[in-house]
Amino acid sequence: MLSRNSTRTAQRLLRAAAQPQQRLNAARGFASVSDAPAQTVQSDIFKPTKYGGKYTVTLIPGDGIGAEVAESVKTVFKADNVPITWEQIDVSGLQDATPTGRTEERFQEAVASLRRNKLGLKGILHTPISRSGHQSFNVALRQELDIYASVSLIKNIPGLKTRHDNIDLCIIRENTEGEYSGLEHQSVPGVVESLKIITRAKSERIAKFAFSFALANNRKKVTCIHKANIMKLADGLFRGTFNRLAKDYPQLECNDMIVDNASMQCVGRPQQFDVMVMPNLYGGILSNIAAALVGGPGVVPGCNMGRDVAVFEPGCRHVGLDIKGKDQANPTALLLSGTMLLRHLGLDDHANRISNAVYDVIAQGNVRTPDMGGQATNQEFTRAILASMEKSL
Amino acid sequence: MLALRSIAAPVQRQCWRTAPRAAVTLSLQNQRLYSSQERVAKFDGKKDAQGRYTVSLIEGDGIGPEIAVAVKDIFAAAKTPINWEPINVDPILKDGKTAIPDAAIESIRKNKIALKGPLATPIGKGHVSLNLTLRRTFNLFANLRPCRSVAGYKTPYDNVDTVLIRENTEGEYSGIEHVVVDGVVQSIKLITREASERVLRFAFQQARAIGRKKVRVVHKATIMKMSDGLFLTVGNQVAKEFPDIEFDAELLDNTCLKMTTDPLPYNDKVLVMPNLYGDILSDMCAGLIGGLGLTPSGNIGDECSIFEAVHGSAPDIAGKGLANPTALLLSSMMMLRHMNLNEYADRIEKAAFATLAEGKALTGDLGGKAKTHEYAAAIIEKL
Repeated sequence: MLSRNSTRTAQRLLRAAAQPQQRLNAARGFASVSDAPAQTVQSDIFKPTKYGGKYTVTLIPGDGIGAEVAESVKTVFKADNVPITWEQIDVSGLQDATPTGRTEERFQEAVASLRRNKLGLKGILHTPISRSGHQSFNVALRQELDIYASVSLIKNIPGLKTRHDNIDLCIIRENTEGEYSGLEHQSVPGVVESLKIITRAKSERIAKFAFSFALANNRKKVTCIHKANIMKLADGLFRGTFNRLAKDYPQLECNDMIVDNASMQCVGRPQQFDVMVMPNLYGGILSNIAAALVGGPGVVPGCNMGRDVAVFEPGCRHVGLDIKGKDQANPTALLLSGTMLLRHLGLDDHANRISNAVYDVIAQGNVRTPDMGGQATNQEFTRAILASMEKSL
Repeated sequence: MLALRSIAAPVQRQCWRTAPRAAVTLSLQNQRLYSSQERVAKFDGKKDAQGRYTVSLIEGDGIGPEIAVAVKDIFAAAKTPINWEPINVDPILKDGKTAIPDAAIESIRKNKIALKGPLATPIGKGHVSLNLTLRRTFNLFANLRPCRSVAGYKTPYDNVDTVLIRENTEGEYSGIEHVVVDGVVQSIKLITREASERVLRFAFQQARAIGRKKVRVVHKATIMKMSDGLFLTVGNQVAKEFPDIEFDAELLDNTCLKMTTDPLPYNDKVLVMPNLYGDILSDMCAGLIGGLGLTPSGNIGDECSIFEAVHGSAPDIAGKGLANPTALLLSSMMMLRHMNLNEYADRIEKAAFATLAEGKALTGDLGGKAKTHEYAAAIIEKL
């Protein structure tokens, strides 16, 4: 994800900030695994727990196609002897899920596990529309763990022809406030207010994340997406904060664009975009538009970054209930998210082998899942990846 | 965040308990406003002694006057029974608020219909855009945005034919915002049963009028369970009055994804949605067919309706005769249909699309070399 260099800088800063906290915890006897002493270089937020040479990673397969694609990831990772132990937690947001799955406890267990392991690989959880239904677990998870930055990497995959070429953009989305604050009320019957919250602190945090991401990944341009012409205060604050911080990064080209224009440009001339940073809802809209440009949610990897926890999940969040259990799902998005996780851990060799195999199979074009215009099942596609990995050894 | 959630939860529950009662009272109130048979936003302008309608014409800034001339010429050639009444909407300040001159308001009130070119929005603090002012003054609650692929202008998407209706008065653009403490801003998205019902009913009637059998609400009720939930609930209720029209709902994320992947399945539907989503998606659809220069737009209200070109005023090419009048022309077609002058609309539209498809007299933005008047002349010839 972030390059090693920036990781180290971040570690240094955060270690300094975290120290008093940890001493406090230790004094109270709260010192858990996650609060490991900060004396060694190895231990910090970007270095998750490792036992016997293996990392423990929380795996939340999610609803819909989640179980199937998670199985592919497990198979592929195992074949490559990746030093990861999965701690699988089957949370589900489905109403008719087995009673054990949907309970709040299972969700809390997932939160606790992520807190402990600091790393997770996650599918998408279903959210019911009905008013009596629970709040979105996806959103709750991000808010509870404060994983504030969502990154979706949108890039044409070689060999997978779509309507547009040469797209290479990345969408960074604020994950914890904005329209998804969950604050709504009915003032009088038939009149509902929904609050969108924008704070300077969180706008600053996401803007800084976007700038450091751009620098670390050798990107040239950062575009702020907003609707400040209408929401002068809220989006105005977001845009103002972005512009103020942009002055500290003269090496990057920074501009801003109104969200409706951005979506129009996105389907017309997506090549003009590089890194885009935006509040919550616009991120949802644009990541879907952009994902469609390069082949759909099945091929777009992503991750969610917080101070303490990083959760890797497909960059375009679709549950895929319609193709659940049909063995038609495309595991590419979760596999590539998994390789991002490996790079995050510094396991670049494993990551390269796996992602090369995935790209290789797609480029050859014989074995593709239906969403990429092929007829192969998920399992056939996974087997092709395994074969390709074997060949390269 | 934890704290916020725990506070939010009980409030929600309380509100749900009161919701069903609320539904009954309000729908009763609204039935007095619109009976299900009555047409929302029906045009009831009057013909003059010669059998001609008068339409207020806001030429607009920049390229506005040139493209207005092209439209007027084409209308004259097609012998449309319309008299133009040019009006000036340069903003004035009334009690410290942006307002439109009284003469303009009066003209639009009287004629009940207007055609509008692009207006330059002056950039300055606290200035409300003129478009928004017009919408508020006349309570134009629905924005109708069809997008149709233009033969002769190649984009990555072919045969697009979407119809999108956007709630125009509330939602995220309610304009209610405040700074809670320094660095914390609240912006309020307002959804009311009344406004939702009005725009949804219009959507169903529009679907009938243009012969589409499906209406689809686009929403994000998984996250905004109350506000978008209300919009969706009202949709379900209104749908019962239109048994001949199929009604369904789709999550915003899915719509974005599917439309960009393949817009064709949307060719038989009318999409209706709250303000912000409509704003973004309608421009996205315009992007599919090649930009705002080719898309018409109508702002529909009970009292009157304004049809407009939504593109910019392009001051850089103003006065050079290079502008493309297609968007304003297509908007005027929508206007004619709204006035039940369908035969004229059909004739002009056929000529316009034929000219575009032929590709001989295209303006610069479509890759041609023709001047505005040459393009207009080509259309007139086809009439």
